[in-house]
Amino acid sequence: MRFGEFLLLAVLAVPAVGAVAVAAIPRDRAARLVGTVVAGLTLLLAALLATGDRSWTTWAAGTPAVRPWHRLDLPWVPGLDLRFHLGVDGISWPLVVLTALLTLLCCGYTLWRVPPGGSGRALVALLLVVEVGILGTFLALDLVLFFLFFEVVLLPMYAIIAGWGGSAVPGGPSARDAARAAARKFALYTLFGSVLLLVGVYVVVAAAGTADLVALTGGAGLSRGTQLAAFVLLGLAFAVKSPLWPLHSWLPDAHTQAPTVGSVVLAGVLLKMGTYGLIRVAVGVAPEGARWAAPVLGALAVTAILVGSLVCLAQTELKRLIAYSSVGHMGFVLLGIATLTATGLQAALIGNVAHGVITGLLFFLAGAVKDRTGTGSLAELSGLRETAPRLAGLLAFAAIASLGLPGLAGFWGEALAVVAAVQVGGAFWTTLAVLAALGGALTAAYLLRLLRRVTHGRPSPAVGRVAPGLAGAELTAWAPLVLLALAIGLAPTLVLGVADAPVAALVEVLR
Amino acid sequence: MTGSLVQSIDHVALLPAYLAAGTAVLVLLADVLVGRGRVTLVVAALGAAGTAVGAAVVGAGPTRRTFCVGTDCSYVLGDRAALVAVVFALLALGVLGLSGPLLRAGAAPVGEYAFLLACSMTGGVVLGAAGDLITLIVALETLTLPIYVLVGLRRGSLASAEAAVTFFVVSVVATTLTLLGAALLYAVTGGLHLDRLGALFAERPDLLDLPLASAAVTLVVLGLAFKVAAVPFHAWAPATYDGASVPVAAYLSTASKFGGVVALLAVVQHALPATVTGPVLALLAVLTMTVGNLVALRQRRTVRLLAWSSVAQAGYILAPLGALALAAGRAEEARTAAYAAAVAYAVFFVVLELGAFAAVVALRPAGADGGTIADLRGAARRRPWVAAAFGLALVGLAGLPPGLAGLFAKVTVVRSLLAGEAGWLALVVALNAVVGLAYYLRVVATLYAPDPAPATAAAPAGAPGQVGAAVAGGPVVGAGARTVLVVLAVATVVAVVVGLAPQLVLDLAAPR
Repeated sequence: MRFGEFLLLAVLAVPAVGAVAVAAIPRDRAARLVGTVVAGLTLLLAALLATGDRSWTTWAAGTPAVRPWHRLDLPWVPGLDLRFHLGVDGISWPLVVLTALLTLLCCGYTLWRVPPGGSGRALVALLLVVEVGILGTFLALDLVLFFLFFEVVLLPMYAIIAGWGGSAVPGGPSARDAARAAARKFALYTLFGSVLLLVGVYVVVAAAGTADLVALTGGAGLSRGTQLAAFVLLGLAFAVKSPLWPLHSWLPDAHTQAPTVGSVVLAGVLLKMGTYGLIRVAVGVAPEGARWAAPVLGALAVTAILVGSLVCLAQTELKRLIAYSSVGHMGFVLLGIATLTATGLQAALIGNVAHGVITGLLFFLAGAVKDRTGTGSLAELSGLRETAPRLAGLLAFAAIASLGLPGLAGFWGEALAVVAAVQVGGAFWTTLAVLAALGGALTAAYLLRLLRRVTHGRPSPAVGRVAPGLAGAELTAWAPLVLLALAIGLAPTLVLGVADAPVAALVEVLR
Repeated sequence: MTGSLVQSIDHVALLPAYLAAGTAVLVLLADVLVGRGRVTLVVAALGAAGTAVGAAVVGAGPTRRTFCVGTDCSYVLGDRAALVAVVFALLALGVLGLSGPLLRAGAAPVGEYAFLLACSMTGGVVLGAAGDLITLIVALETLTLPIYVLVGLRRGSLASAEAAVTFFVVSVVATTLTLLGAALLYAVTGGLHLDRLGALFAERPDLLDLPLASAAVTLVVLGLAFKVAAVPFHAWAPATYDGASVPVAAYLSTASKFGGVVALLAVVQHALPATVTGPVLALLAVLTMTVGNLVALRQRRTVRLLAWSSVAQAGYILAPLGALALAAGRAEEARTAAYAAAVAYAVFFVVLELGAFAAVVALRPAGADGGTIADLRGAARRRPWVAAAFGLALVGLAGLPPGLAGLFAKVTVVRSLLAGEAGWLALVVALNAVVGLAYYLRVVATLYAPDPAPATAAAPAGAPGQVGAAVAGGPVVGAGARTVLVVLAVATVVAVVVGLAPQLVLDLAAPR
């Protein structure tokens, strides 16, 4: 087994075995520690995936559009066209590292504080299982395997929301019930998406006779009818996960009710499964369907940006506001994909990563605020900078990064998406670009409103009790995200550089 | 049968049937001569295990035929027939294990119970090998007839008597329909052997223009649809399941249902033209899964919920069969894939269903009925392993990881539907899976919910509240309960193994 194959296997096996180990260790703190070590090891392995030969830069006729740096191809269930086929390239690698990083931070955070509701080791074990599912989705190069990993995430995430959620607000049983209802909504909505994915996958497999994504990318001679059907099914499936307006309504509830670590994973990487799937699977496998549906996708994406921003302007709850902001931000990502240009896809990829970093940080901070003050209501929060200046400062940093200030990570995804839409040209796409830019302005408006409400003014009674300091664990968990938001903002080539060649290859087959 | 007066009989082919029938006789003798419940049960269990081994050994060899007239044989023991026989024998063994607490509690007479179960197993073992309609119907009746009595065998339970009568009446009507259909088929074609019928319909498509032929085919299919509890012939199932003791309900929802599927499959695959059966079955499949799932959403009693969910599951099994005839000129490959998908789904399903019922038996006091879902509240804290196994089975039935067996079952069905160009049916199956998750998730969430009645939570752990006492049934002791746990463990292990290596089941289900 070559080193690359070993890495691919290990990056899934380590958290999987780790989850079992964590669940089996009876002592809670020791188990959480083991979980954190496992997550750290996974991050190391994920980062190592970038080593090795990735010298190719240009696309040439006759070579497949997906050329992974490493791949591992083992038979599993020939009767179902299922192979254990993994690979990593410039499109998936940043997301893989982001997933591993956020899981590590969440596990580390859990070492310090376990949300009430269940044992800490069970939470860590579930986080690791979720990590396996997400990493597997990003690494899968077999359509059926992709679907399988897509499904793996569902129930553990349900359990995290239902078991540990809703308790940040003291409110007894009703808060629990709300968490359970939100979790159920999440599970059913997401399953709705994934069964469509299942049907879409087999529409493609039945027509093409293979489930190999490398062979399928570029259309693989699928008829126009098949491609349209496949794109509709796959697109809907990923639109639920991303989420795309109007299929987003599971998201605010799930985010609001989930425990902090759940929200971070959910917003940081779980949503990316949808956008990644859209790029790699839906657009890659059914390019003709993608071209056909692009205007609809673009219009919905811009609607999502506007609706998300407007809803945020009227939100009164901190976590809910951040959750809805995800709808708007993912709208930019989807707009980028809808343009089907190299710039647009690049925008989507960097937007994905930036949103993962920034929104992960925002949810950590919102969780910290809620834990300290016991409330998430904007009406009861004010003057945080008077009592907890560091927390307020970090919140301001994250909010400004999120609104897309140039020099911070959030800027590139939004700007490039608008640029890509303008580049496509024509009245329709120009209008979309203008509306999206307007949405960007609204984003700034609601995030500044959030800051004004929470950090400025006189300290409210709830805020008045807050101690000024930050725990070491909190700083440790947040610092990497702050640094990444800066690093990607200043040097977007960190993401764009690795994704350049595979995106160029993908765009080539889209034509 | 005319022709030669002396038939040569292949006794090796009949070995599984001999073993099963011999088990029934031995159980009867043991009950009469020894008269100790434990001995009777051991004999029955050994007999069932022997039948499974015998069927597997015979099935490993080449296909054996016997009772032949010319090229038409009434008894064909091939790969799939052997698989069916093994599954039935193992199901009987499993249900016997589940019945431990029930029989120890004296809720049913041991000898009769074991004898009837063995008789029923005999029918199932023969069923898969049936080569003509009469053998098929007789085998199916041998499978179901003892169950009428088993359902009514709960001492002092009015509900079980009602359930038995409901089941009996409905089932007899169904059998009559099938028989009538078979008779009409004979009138039209002059044949009863499944392969002969298939060949006849293939040679002379004009036969189908006769209204009588369509009526006959429809009657046979509808009669068998009763056995799998397909909507709109399902109304008996929930009442019967709920009235029967839980192990018998387990047998009903696994063995009896599997029997119906096998019979339907034999008729559809070999004998009847898919152009007539296809639309009927497609409609039945859609109705069955949709109605089953929607009604299951509203159930408050555990066994009723499982009953309705198994109605829905029958719909998923029927779907590939229904898709067959929807597009004309179907490739032979797609057809065999569809049959294999139905068999594979049925096998995945019975494993998971047996696991779920075993967990219900384990979580309930000895001899009790299934209780309400609320009774299961907090079971995960008291019996973490049993609850985990139950959760795995339910999640599998919902078709999600970590219940990979159920996931692959759904994948198999959807794949065969799309390979057969029945995309709309695949979408219906897929959307039904979402509805299914809603109620399976409710049960799983109840298992893992915190204990009820916070007032009693302060009390020592050994003194659960009113509701809790009904569930926990105290720390379970005794040999009866142990066999239940063994069955549960085996079913769970099998579910995990076929979940990781579904190709095992797919290979067995696909005819070579």
